[in-house]
Amino acid sequence: MTQSPITPEVVAEHGLSPEEYERVLHAMERQPNLTELGIFSVMWSEHCSYKSSRIHLKRLPTTGPQVICGPGENAGVVDIGDGQAAIFKMESHNHPSYIEPYQGAATGVGGILRDVFTMGARPIANMNSLRFGRPDHPKMRHLIAGVVHGIGGYGNCVGVPTVGGEVNFHKAYDGNILVNAMTVGIADTDKIFYSAASGVGNPIVYVGSKTGRDGIHGATMASADFGEDSEEKRPTVQVGDPFTEKLLIEACLELMASDAIVAIQDMGAAGLTSSSVEMASKGGVGIELVMDDVPQREEGMTPYEMMLSESQERMLMVLKPGREDFAKAIFEKWELDFAVIGHVTNTGRMVLKWKGDVVADIPLAPLADEAPLYDRPHVPTPKPAPLANVPESTDIGADLLKLMGTPDLASRRWIWEQYDHMVGADTVQRPGGDAAVVRVHGTQKGLAITTDCTPRYCFADPVEGGKQAIAEAWRNLSAVGAKPLAVTNCLNFANPQRPEIMGQIVGCLEGMSEACRALDMPIVSGNVSLYNESKATGGGSAILPTPAIGAIGLLPDWSESATLAFKGEGEGIYLIGGTVSERAGHLGQSLWLRELHGREDGPPPPVNLDREKAAGDLVRQLIADGKVTAVHDVSDGGLLVAVTEMALAAGIGAELGAITDAAAAFGEDQGRYVVTGDDIDRAYTMGVPITRIGTTGGNEVAGISLDSLRSAHEAFFPKLMGADAALA
Amino acid sequence: MKSAVIVFPGSNCNRDLQVALRDVSGQEPAMIWHRETALPEGLDLIAVPGGFSYGDYLRSGAMAARSPVMRAVKDAAHKGVSVLGICNGFQILTEAGMLPGALMRNANLSFVCRDVDLKVENSQSAFTSRYEAGEEIVIPVAHHDGNYTADEETLDRLEGEGRVAFRYNCAVNGSKRNIAGILNEAGNVLGMMPHPERMIERAHGRTDGRRLFEGLLEALG
Repeated sequence: MTQSPITPEVVAEHGLSPEEYERVLHAMERQPNLTELGIFSVMWSEHCSYKSSRIHLKRLPTTGPQVICGPGENAGVVDIGDGQAAIFKMESHNHPSYIEPYQGAATGVGGILRDVFTMGARPIANMNSLRFGRPDHPKMRHLIAGVVHGIGGYGNCVGVPTVGGEVNFHKAYDGNILVNAMTVGIADTDKIFYSAASGVGNPIVYVGSKTGRDGIHGATMASADFGEDSEEKRPTVQVGDPFTEKLLIEACLELMASDAIVAIQDMGAAGLTSSSVEMASKGGVGIELVMDDVPQREEGMTPYEMMLSESQERMLMVLKPGREDFAKAIFEKWELDFAVIGHVTNTGRMVLKWKGDVVADIPLAPLADEAPLYDRPHVPTPKPAPLANVPESTDIGADLLKLMGTPDLASRRWIWEQYDHMVGADTVQRPGGDAAVVRVHGTQKGLAITTDCTPRYCFADPVEGGKQAIAEAWRNLSAVGAKPLAVTNCLNFANPQRPEIMGQIVGCLEGMSEACRALDMPIVSGNVSLYNESKATGGGSAILPTPAIGAIGLLPDWSESATLAFKGEGEGIYLIGGTVSERAGHLGQSLWLRELHGREDGPPPPVNLDREKAAGDLVRQLIADGKVTAVHDVSDGGLLVAVTEMALAAGIGAELGAITDAAAAFGEDQGRYVVTGDDIDRAYTMGVPITRIGTTGGNEVAGISLDSLRSAHEAFFPKLMGADAALA
Repeated sequence: MKSAVIVFPGSNCNRDLQVALRDVSGQEPAMIWHRETALPEGLDLIAVPGGFSYGDYLRSGAMAARSPVMRAVKDAAHKGVSVLGICNGFQILTEAGMLPGALMRNANLSFVCRDVDLKVENSQSAFTSRYEAGEEIVIPVAHHDGNYTADEETLDRLEGEGRVAFRYNCAVNGSKRNIAGILNEAGNVLGMMPHPERMIERAHGRTDGRRLFEGLLEALG
């Protein structure tokens, strides 16, 4: 038994408040030893317990006829017909990625992959959602290069295509970058695996990599602000091994084809502790582990270290009795460790044995029931004042040229060409479109996937920003012709103990809930990352509220998906969902206002969910009926930027009339699409405004040549990263 | 055409190659685990797929080249069986000494995944017979270590003997003389960095890679 005394200092080092330690004492009905304290500390960390966000998360809609499994398991499960399910989730790896960008990002990808294949799905696509600070911040190129190389290094090696993502830059992320990774997998609906342990006496099996000392207390680190010493936390960042992950995917899927598995759970944050506790708690059983039998990479590891290690590429399974040898043969074929380390009990306790002694004995129900739950004080974000003294554009073309090369609008080619986005040979819409489309292998079905969030909107008005994140995801799926199905989210915020930050969380969730209900896109999985604020940059700066959304949609036939590139000259260009003549272009919080005039004020564009739904429904109908040749949603940068992106993708210009002022050109009004085709306005409207705004052709947009626009658009990343892109 | 795809731990294009071979030839290729020491009888084609065999730890392809199955692959190649190595497969074939030269880290040190313009330099091999000499085709690459190098004498010999099968139209990864794919002396072993199996059907946007497999089918029956 570990005999170190539990002093207030030791409690504080474990990230537990004195009140929380009182709860530990109450749960244990005695003083815990160090191993037990360590287990409580990680299970009750913000990262594992959602103690600040749980009561608000309950408001999110999580059900629908398409939902097979909502939040609470490793990932969400959605029906895609024909006995198949899409399994997906998005997760943050923010804190580790700031400290050690390559490994932080790589292990973020590894972790989310495991969440998905744990449930029986073969991963078919990765996505990501990234936020960086100012491009000219002295650390930023190192962080960008490291994160991109890390995501690529892991995803490319495991052979799962990284098919898209999003990137924003803002000074609020100078000291806290965000790295959110999403994986989508496919499984048969009768072959989905869950994590609830059952069957007293059933063997508990550990597979994958050996356990080392890496990542101890990673979950606790991710539950605190960065101090000035964040660099010193590098040893708490895990190291990834994508090769082992690839073997683990193949071995697990091979075993899952049999009936040997009762329950399975990956070892993610808080490693062996959270996997074993969650499996036992969900099954309402007890668990006994023999720590001597845990495969160990280093000598002299204590049970405390083994339980808190975040070594990667490990899984915990409960097998049916007598199937150990069968399972072992599969893992030996794939050259992975396989060890029976314990069994299921009926005691309702987690008992750890080591060298013949009981070194921990924790009642599981109190560990869950006594877990802290906070209704933290929150103040609503004041509504922004209306935009005043709106500047005019003196030269629309010049403004467009500048915008196309700005960090938030420039081409992301430099990033996605470092990701293998084609492996699997099923990527039918590659990065660069509104949503990626991946064919469901061996079928005609296509899954559309997008990640979205506009943090500057969320900061100005959390409710509208939360709505907009969902609405934009819905729009991106609709723009490729996919029926939106469901959502995963990754809620990145600053310190929830500040009422104004808590107010952002509550506001964003309110907006998201409303939009999810209106657009019938339930949230089936997610992750919360708090304390994204840093003293490291000297400012005590908080990130912008960033509730990143990952969403999927279904196309019955991938070949009927729409793309954004113009298809030919002389086709009509139409704006769906708004009219330019209204002159109602919304410039508050627009990129034009920020990039051309250095202003970040005004309210964000409001989201009218009824109009959003009507426009999306119409666009999908037009695509299904073959009435449109190209489709693109209007978002960052507004109408003229959307048209330019369509023109650049095709190398065909656009002749536009009636876009002569900044509001019409660059206003970021929501619920709009640009499409091309003939006589669309006369076809049918379903009550949605359709306005012809021009004709495809020529080699200019707004008087600027496509060559100039392309140069500006493509130059940003290579120029920023150029000379020492490879240093990370 | 009776074909086999070798599968190493860390291979990740084996299924794509399996699909391409099945689709074009109508026959199911045998999937051969790297620990096998013998290959099925009567093979016409052995395909070594892309991926990250053994994680590409040590050097790309170095450990796979020493896998038990590679002895059988070499023996089969000596007997005239066609061998196609794509991406990591090309790296493995050079590490196994079945093709000259080596594939180093890309000149800019970054992974590159994109469609590239290739020129078919030799249309006389079983692999390239369905292309015209000098024809320009588009096939994607996806690699970190595609920077082909060999000494000048070897490069001159490859050129002189018509063993440069494919060449990049512009610099992609720093390869000497923009070499994208080469043949062995006997012409029955091809290693190439681009992925023809990712360009075989409408879903891939183009079908320029399909003719490589069709040529093999025509030549090998």
